[in-house]
Amino acid sequence: MNFDILFASVLNGLTTGAVYALVALGLTLIYGVLHIINFAHGAALMVALYGVYGLKTAFGVDPYLALPIMVPAMFALGYALQRGVINRASHGKDENILLVTLGLAIVLENLALLAFKSDTRTIDTAYTLTTVQLGPAFIALPKVIAFFGALVTCAVLLAIVTRTDLGRAIRAVAKEKLGAKLMGIDVDHVYAMSFGIGLACLGAAACFLLPAYYVNPQVGAGFVLVAFTIVVLGGMGSFTGALLGGLLIGVVESLGGLFLGESLGQIGIFAIFIAVLLFRPSGLFGARA
Amino acid sequence: MADALLELTSVSVAFGGLRAVQDVSLRLMPGTLGALIGPNGAGKTTLFALISGFLKPDTGRVVFDGHDITGQAPHLNARRGLSRTFQIVQPFAAQTVRENIAVATHLHEPRRVAALAEAERVAARVGLAAQLDKPAADLTVSARKRLELARALATRPKLLLLDEVLAGLNPQEVAEMIPVVKAIAAGGITVLMIEHVMQAVMHLAQHVWVLAQGQLIAEGSPAAVTRDPRVIEAYLGHGAAARLQAA
Amino acid sequence: MARDLTGIVIFALAVIALTLLLSSGVWLNALMMTLYAALLALAWNLLGGFGGQFSFGHALFFGTGAYASAVAQVTHGINAWAALALAIVAAAAVGAFVGAPAFRYGLKGSYFALVTLAFAEVFRILALSAGFTGGGVGMMLPLNESIANLQFGSRKGYVALMLGCVVAALATTAWLRHSRFGARLQAVRDNEDAARAVGVDPYRIKLGATIASAAFMGAAGALYLQVFQYIDPGIAFGPHVSVEALVGAIVGGMGTLWGPVLGAALLHALGEATRNLFGQLPGLNLVIYGSVLVVIVLFMPRGLAGLGDLRRSERGGRNG
Repeated sequence: MNFDILFASVLNGLTTGAVYALVALGLTLIYGVLHIINFAHGAALMVALYGVYGLKTAFGVDPYLALPIMVPAMFALGYALQRGVINRASHGKDENILLVTLGLAIVLENLALLAFKSDTRTIDTAYTLTTVQLGPAFIALPKVIAFFGALVTCAVLLAIVTRTDLGRAIRAVAKEKLGAKLMGIDVDHVYAMSFGIGLACLGAAACFLLPAYYVNPQVGAGFVLVAFTIVVLGGMGSFTGALLGGLLIGVVESLGGLFLGESLGQIGIFAIFIAVLLFRPSGLFGARA
Repeated sequence: MADALLELTSVSVAFGGLRAVQDVSLRLMPGTLGALIGPNGAGKTTLFALISGFLKPDTGRVVFDGHDITGQAPHLNARRGLSRTFQIVQPFAAQTVRENIAVATHLHEPRRVAALAEAERVAARVGLAAQLDKPAADLTVSARKRLELARALATRPKLLLLDEVLAGLNPQEVAEMIPVVKAIAAGGITVLMIEHVMQAVMHLAQHVWVLAQGQLIAEGSPAAVTRDPRVIEAYLGHGAAARLQAA
Repeated sequence: MARDLTGIVIFALAVIALTLLLSSGVWLNALMMTLYAALLALAWNLLGGFGGQFSFGHALFFGTGAYASAVAQVTHGINAWAALALAIVAAAAVGAFVGAPAFRYGLKGSYFALVTLAFAEVFRILALSAGFTGGGVGMMLPLNESIANLQFGSRKGYVALMLGCVVAALATTAWLRHSRFGARLQAVRDNEDAARAVGVDPYRIKLGATIASAAFMGAAGALYLQVFQYIDPGIAFGPHVSVEALVGAIVGGMGTLWGPVLGAALLHALGEATRNLFGQLPGLNLVIYGSVLVVIVLFMPRGLAGLGDLRRSERGGRNG
C-alpha cells in the first residue's frame, strides 16, 4: 500500500465527509431542537437529489446554480412536513414521531421507486471529468467543490444559529421549551423552521453531491445510516461533532473501502455506529444521550 | 445497641459540580416511622434514589437488614424488602388499578389469578377497592397517590420509602391518608417518609432527620427538631431563628 | 385466558374450514400470504407492542432463519423439518446476541430502533459478501415435493404450516396477557422505573421478549423459503420484511391479541386491491404500507383495535 494511494483515499474521504457533515448537520439540528430522530432524512436527501437531477435534465440548470432553487424548496418542504404532518402525529408520545418519520421515509422512497424504477442516474456537466491535482493525488473537481461548498454551508448555518434572532430562538427552544414559550417564542414555528433548515441543508448537499455521485431511490437509505452514525458519534445536537464526525466517517469509509472492498468497508461504519450506541451514546462532543 | 434496619454511612453523590448529597449518615430502627424533612432542593429524593438503588453513591455505604446493598439495582432491593414510591407518581397509565398492583404482587406470587386476587386485597387496604377496574390514567391525584402506595405495599416490604405521599392533596385528602400510613406502620412495616406537610410529620413520625443542601443538619424527635434554630434557619433563612426568638 | 384460547381455537377452525372449502389457487394463496403477514406482525408485536421496544430491523431474525434453513438443507442436506427447528434456534440466538448488549447498555426508543436497523444492514452486507450464503445470487431450494421435505404440491399444505405457526404465536401472545412474565413486560413498557421499583429486572424481561419475537421471525423466514424456494440478502434482511412486520402490528393495534392479525389482513387486502387496479409495480406495496402507517399514527395511534375499544374489552377483567 503506497503513500500516494493512501493520500488520495484520505482526500477523497474528506471530500465525501464534508458532504456527509452537511447532511449530518441538518439531522443534528433537528434532533437538538425537536429532540426527534428524523428517519426521513435520507429519503429527503433522495428527493433533493432527484430535484437537482430533474432541474438539470429538464431545464438544463447547472447543479451549483440550482442552489438558490433547491435550498428554499427543501426548506419549504421541511417546514410543511413538520407543521402539517409530524407535529400532528406526535400526540405527545415520542414513539409516534419515530413511526411517522419512518412512514414518510417509506412512502418517499417507494414513490421514487415507482416513478423512476431502480435505475441509477447520473448527470453530465462540463466539469464532471476535470480533476484537480493535490500533491500526488488527482481529485475530481466536483468533489473539491463539494468539499468547500459543504464547509461554507456549514459556516452559514452556524452563523444563522449563533447570530440571528431566529438562531437565538432556536437555541432557546432547544434548551428549554417551556421557558421559551413563556418568553413569547412561537415554539411550533421554531420547530417547523428548524426542520425546514435541516432539510434545506439537504438541498444544498444534493447540489454538491450529484455532480460527483448518482441518484437512485435507495440512495437515501445508504445515507441515513451514515448520517446517524455521524450524529451519534459526534454527539446529538453538537454541530462541531457533526462536522468533525462527518469528515472522520468519510475518511473511514474511504480507507475501509480501500482495504476491505466496498461492501465490507461499509460494515466498518456500522460497527462504529453500534459500538458508539452501546458504549458512548452521548458521542464525542454530545451533552446528553 | 439494637440493629438498625437501614444504616447509611457517609453517603455522598455529586452531579458535576453540584454536591447533591454530602456525607449523610443515619440509622433507622425497625418498626419505627421516620421522617426526612428539609427545604426544597435539599437532596431528599436524591437520598431515596441512593438508598433504593436508582443512583449509585460516589462514596459511603448503604446497609439494609444486615446486607450491604450499596449501589445494588432497585429490583434486587425490592426483592429484599425495600420499596419506594415516587414523588411524581409513576403509574402504569394504560393498565387498570388491579393490573398496576398485580405487577407488584407478582414479586411473591407467580400465578396470575392469585396475583390479581392479592392486588384486590391490597387495594382495599388503601381504600381503592371501588376503582379496581379503572385505568390508572383516569384516577384523581389522591387516588394515584394511593395506587403508588398500594403498589409499594404489594411487594411485602420490610422498609417502605414514601416520597411526599401527601403532596398535592387537599386537607381533607391529607386527613384521609394519614390513618392509612399509620395503619401501615402499625402493621410492622418500617417507614421512612419524605414530607413537607408538617402536620403529618408531627403526628406520625417518631424520629425526624433534617436535610439541607445535601447535608444532615439535625435529627431527633419531631418536637425537638422543629425547635432547633439550625432547622428554622434552613427553612426561613439566615437570622430567622434569632428574629423569632426576639419576637 | 379461557376466552383468548377459545378465540384462537375458533380462528383456527375457521381457517381450516376455509382451506377445505376453497379450491381456487388464487384464494388459497391469498389466505397463505395473509397468515404469513400475520405471523410477521404477531412476532413484532411481542417485542414492540407488549414490550414497547420498537425494532426497525426485524428482518434481521427473519433472514437469519431463512438462511439457516437454506444452508442446512442445501449445503448440508439436513431434513427440512430439522432445518425449520434450526432456523428458529438460530434466530433466537441472534435475538439474544443483539438484545443482550442493547439492553445491558440501556438502549431505548430511537436508539434501539437505530441499532436494530444497523444490525439488519450489517447482516445484509455479510450475506452479500459471504461465500456460504451464495452472495448476491442468493440460495435456491431444489424442488422436491413431499411432507418430509416440507414442500407441498398445493397451497393447502403451506396454509396448514402457516396456521400452525400463527396459532403458536397467538397462544404466546395470549400467554403474555395472562402471565407474570407478560405483566412484567408490559410494566417495563409502560414505566420502566416503576417496574424496577416493584422488583422487575428490565434486562431479563426485554431479552426474553426479544428472543421469543426473534424465534417466530425465524420460523417465518424458514417458511418463506419453503414456499418461494429462494432467498437472497435483499429479501432476507432488507426493509420490506421489517416494514411489513411493524406496520401490520401498529395498524392493527399494538399490544393486543388480534390487532396484528387484523392489521395483516387489512394490509394484504389493500395490497391485493392496488395490485388489481395498478398491476404489479415495484414499490407500490410499500407506498401503501408507509402511507397507512402515517395515517394511522396521525389519526388512530391505537390502531384498528383501538376502534370500538377492542383493547378494553380484551382486558380479561377480574379473572385474568
